[in-house]
Amino acid sequence: MDHYYCRHDLAKFSDMGKESPALWEKFLGWYNAVFAEGALSEREKSLIALAVAHTVQCPYCIDAYTTACLEKGSNLEQMTEAVHVAAAIRGGSSLIHGVQMRNIVEKLEM
Amino acid sequence: MPVLEKGTLLKRHSPLAPASEQLRIIDSAGVVPSFDDLLRQNGLSPLCASGIEIFQINVGKRCNQVCGHCHVDAGPDRLEIMTQETAAECVCALERTSIPKVDITGGAPELNPNFRWLVEQARRLERHVMDRCNLTVLLLKGQEDLAGFLALHRVEVICSLPYFQERETDRQRGEGVFHRSIEALQKLNALGYGMPGSGLVLNLVHNPVGAFLPPPQAALEADFRRVLDHKFGIQFNHLFCITNMPISRFLEFLLRSGNYEHYMERLAQAFNPQAVTGLMCRNTISIGWDGRLYDCDFNQMLDLGVGFSAPRHVSAFDISALNSRRIVTARHCFGCTAGAGSSCVGATAGAA
Repeated sequence: MDHYYCRHDLAKFSDMGKESPALWEKFLGWYNAVFAEGALSEREKSLIALAVAHTVQCPYCIDAYTTACLEKGSNLEQMTEAVHVAAAIRGGSSLIHGVQMRNIVEKLEM
Repeated sequence: MPVLEKGTLLKRHSPLAPASEQLRIIDSAGVVPSFDDLLRQNGLSPLCASGIEIFQINVGKRCNQVCGHCHVDAGPDRLEIMTQETAAECVCALERTSIPKVDITGGAPELNPNFRWLVEQARRLERHVMDRCNLTVLLLKGQEDLAGFLALHRVEVICSLPYFQERETDRQRGEGVFHRSIEALQKLNALGYGMPGSGLVLNLVHNPVGAFLPPPQAALEADFRRVLDHKFGIQFNHLFCITNMPISRFLEFLLRSGNYEHYMERLAQAFNPQAVTGLMCRNTISIGWDGRLYDCDFNQMLDLGVGFSAPRHVSAFDISALNSRRIVTARHCFGCTAGAGSSCVGATAGAA
């Protein structure tokens, strides 16, 4: 095992059900229900998943949901905007924590 | 080495040019199970025709474009073209049957000098005629009256437009194709094609621009309708989503880009038994430029003629022997059974 992340490992995801099939079945049922067409379309959900995949920085999720987005009819422009949403939230999240920094500075400084 | 080469496989003397080499690659064991085995496991074997509703004539490989996904390996250098004699044999065969639909394809079928004659004859026999049109052919010098000819004969036009944006369309079909396609669609609209109440049917075809399956047809059709209307004022009847077949130039792309095994696995994993009933090979007979008979246009390009004792040439056309013939299959057939299914008129079933 030369790398922690290998593309072909994505196909082994279901191996996680081998030792605890009941939990796996529950997870899979819920997971599939989450991504089914609902108040949001399957395509919208795939774009959300793509953005979240970049936030959690999971290469398996990025691979899976890049393909899923294309197979739901999204284009590179839309997918890039979704990644920017993720990046903006991450950047904004860092910046908003600057308020804590400012609060502490305010308390400490004369 | 570029992933997409310019020019036909034949012109480049590619080792993939012969159908036998393509078939050797896609039908070698190891990557995916045999298509027939999967049919058997699902109680769907043997796969047989259920009558002939569509008489699909491929009038040749000549085309003014060289698209990256073309399963025909069509292009300007291709010389294989249906002669007047073979076209007449097609009309003769058609005349002896009541097959309701004639589907004319290529290449760019309109570049065959016998195309208009074939349309006129099929219409004389009161058959519904479909023209698989690459759109840009309508703007070629010498073809200025083509759109008017199609409208005059009430021909349904089925036009390739992989996406409603320039980037994706030009990557698949060549630089500048998107804008010329838009101009051609506007020309068709001006003649009444795709307009409510005109009876002139204008359908579009989407092929994925890469190694992935097509989106759900209805959802993508809604996007096409919204964007094409808003940006260009274009109207159309329906969008057909067609899966790319792992043959010819798309096979070359898959191999060069390192996507071949993953794509074949994707097709096989997405096998949808419900799509088998609606497979186009079950209601279509495909005729090659030289008059030979095939179960579909994809089998034609792989040189897989009708088998199991069915007549092999249009000159020996016998509908009673062909109506329930057994279909010849190989692993490329997974392309028509993946997900929502795929045919010349798009999806054939709900997604698996």
